[in-house]
Amino acid sequence: MDNTQNILIVGVGGQGVLLASEIISAAAMNGGLDVKKSEVHGMSQRGGVVSSHVRIGPKVYSPVIEYGQADILMAFEQAEGLRAVDWMKATGVAVISTTKLVPAIVTSSKAFNYPDDPIADMKKKAKHVIAVPADKIAGELGNPRLVNTILLGVCSNYMPFSTELWQQMIREKVKERFVDINLKAFDRGREVKLTAVGA
Amino acid sequence: MRELMSGNEAVARGAYEAGVKLAAAYPGTPSTEILETLSARYRSIYSQWSPNEKVAFEVGIGASIGGARALVTMKHVGVNVAADPLMTFAYTGVNGGFVLVSADDPEMHSSQNEQDNRYYAKFAQIPMLEPSDSQESKDMVVTAFEMSEIFDTPVMLRMTTRISHSKGIVAINNPVAGPDRKFVKDPSKYVMIPSNARNRHVVVAERLEKLRHFTEETPYNRIEDNGSRIGVITGGVSYQYAKEVAPDFDYLKIGLSFPLPLKKIEQFVKSHDKVIVVEELEPYYEEQIRAAGIMVEGKKYMGQLGELSPKRVAEGFLRAGLIDEVHAASITPQEDMFPRPPVLCPGCPHRGAFTALKKLKVTVTGDIGCYTLGVMKPLNALDTCICMGASIGNAIGMERVKGSDKGTVAVIGDSTFFHSGITGILDAVYNQSNVTTIILDNRATAMTGGQQHPGTGSTLMGERPGRVEIDEVVKALGVKNIRKLDAYQLEEALDVIKEEMEKPGPSVIITTRPCVLMPKRIMEEPYVVDLDACTGCGACFQISCPAIAASERTNKHGHPLAVIDDTICTGCTLCAQVCPEECIILKSQFVEA
Repeated sequence: MDNTQNILIVGVGGQGVLLASEIISAAAMNGGLDVKKSEVHGMSQRGGVVSSHVRIGPKVYSPVIEYGQADILMAFEQAEGLRAVDWMKATGVAVISTTKLVPAIVTSSKAFNYPDDPIADMKKKAKHVIAVPADKIAGELGNPRLVNTILLGVCSNYMPFSTELWQQMIREKVKERFVDINLKAFDRGREVKLTAVGA
Repeated sequence: MRELMSGNEAVARGAYEAGVKLAAAYPGTPSTEILETLSARYRSIYSQWSPNEKVAFEVGIGASIGGARALVTMKHVGVNVAADPLMTFAYTGVNGGFVLVSADDPEMHSSQNEQDNRYYAKFAQIPMLEPSDSQESKDMVVTAFEMSEIFDTPVMLRMTTRISHSKGIVAINNPVAGPDRKFVKDPSKYVMIPSNARNRHVVVAERLEKLRHFTEETPYNRIEDNGSRIGVITGGVSYQYAKEVAPDFDYLKIGLSFPLPLKKIEQFVKSHDKVIVVEELEPYYEEQIRAAGIMVEGKKYMGQLGELSPKRVAEGFLRAGLIDEVHAASITPQEDMFPRPPVLCPGCPHRGAFTALKKLKVTVTGDIGCYTLGVMKPLNALDTCICMGASIGNAIGMERVKGSDKGTVAVIGDSTFFHSGITGILDAVYNQSNVTTIILDNRATAMTGGQQHPGTGSTLMGERPGRVEIDEVVKALGVKNIRKLDAYQLEEALDVIKEEMEKPGPSVIITTRPCVLMPKRIMEEPYVVDLDACTGCGACFQISCPAIAASERTNKHGHPLAVIDDTICTGCTLCAQVCPEECIILKSQFVEA
């Protein structure tokens, strides 16, 4: 449906994809919208690709995003962003961490290659691509596991919720002792904006 | 109150609201979170992991006959294991309400097949409900318990991965007290000797007649009249996909899908110019509708394999001439992308066992668990995987026909051993097989998230009954050759496996290292690569550890040197053992040149 916003979150098992989608979904529900989110647990999580579909709007039917219909693509790893690029609408925004994770299947064989510059490849295909050095920012904040919250901060600029609501959701969903650092990470992300996008 | 819940969480909530007293299950994706939610949030319900689905089902039957409401949950293939009690419990009927949740896995996200368990309801002749979202998952559990007692039958709730693992908003209610029933001795109902079973089969047929009336009346089989000439008959998650694509068509949404509301369907078909059936996997609705003499089409336009999606449904509507175009993606997919399959965790003890088996070049029959990942490149060390417990029987048969000169080794996990490996070992003893079985004992049902089992010493409710020791069980089964093995020690692993394969009679090797994630994450001092000594030979890449990556530096042939991510390395030492240059060393011993 046209008035539904589709957010596709991709990464590698263990990167915190599910927490990010959990916070967005909670924000949507508390922001008075219908929401569905879908992901697959189990075998795929063991270092494999993890993706979470979040759909928010007045009335949501399908729990999965239709191919080519993501308004926001949030990628925690460069090549995974490139792998998912065709799920985006032409007008969509991709927010992508410069994180690189090369799997054993690539390092152990000559049959597969990691792309030289996945973000450059993405920019050739999608109009609005925001590359975020989330690893570096997380390092500055003192915790490498903040990549997801930093990217969430960036993406929050493209969703219709107030800063206060986001902060409240982070407080609810993140373990208490990590709340402050996650709020900081969110703020750092929220400062990043794509000037090319008018909205 | 409203809450964001997955389908599985909603089922647990529904069980709580329905006043369930007992829940039993064996973990299996995508069903596992139902009992985990019960044990975490609704402690008034006694919840337990059983060693396998058959026992779980039988425990549930006992609770039902004893007078309480009982919930039993499992993945689709688990119902195969529990099919024996299911088929006869359908005859006896219940005392307290009984609901079986079958969580199917179309697309096989985490399963060995994608069988359509809706046929089980028809096979057993028990009513089945199919929720389309989290709210229905909760509501239908409550309804299912009521139906179970009204119609004196077990009721099946059929979930799929997208329903179990998708979250949606659920309005929650207060729990009711379940019915206060007592066990009443009634052999004619509960003792299925032939003379009684013949009578009960008549009752099953009569019950089905009553259900055929009920299914025409229930609001779960509802018509959505949008004034369209096109009608869609659909249920489960397929309903959401169809609504997404064509919200303005008329719908007959099926919620109670056995028995089907054939009269309502006939009326619906008569009052529309064209009716299409949209269902995932097999033509379950379509076959029954057509068998009733009602002409509908479905699978002719929609695929029969794998998951449906809004896109696939739209393409089906297009092929059927119901819509004019399918929204096309505007961005071309990136070609030549490398795969990123799931892998064993850094420090996983299975890696040592598979590295040894690969070196020994033996035939390895596999089983269901994390260690099934041993099939992935570059480990490439599994030759079969069929179902829970199959590894041992498979090895016995293979060994028998090809002789013992080339070894056959079965690998099975601890939880899978308790589930259905015990009888396999017994077969090896009884039939004097020379097969060697490696029980990869990591003290957890790891693949599904580390649930408890008889070997862990603890239960879902947090009790500590003590561990059932695998070596004692194996010994009691009559195995003479039993060895323990530290799978982190590669040389030792090679020696032990070789020795046991050469011995006559069945051998069992039990690995002793726990899962690195459970019960708490194991982190020893990490290792690092001395890049000045690394020759880029790639030996460490072959063990497929996620902590080992290619560095930016290369050797003279252009092959990358190795680098270890010391934030995820657990210090298991395996890479250091396979490194021919001895350039993988403890971080504290590394002195930068």
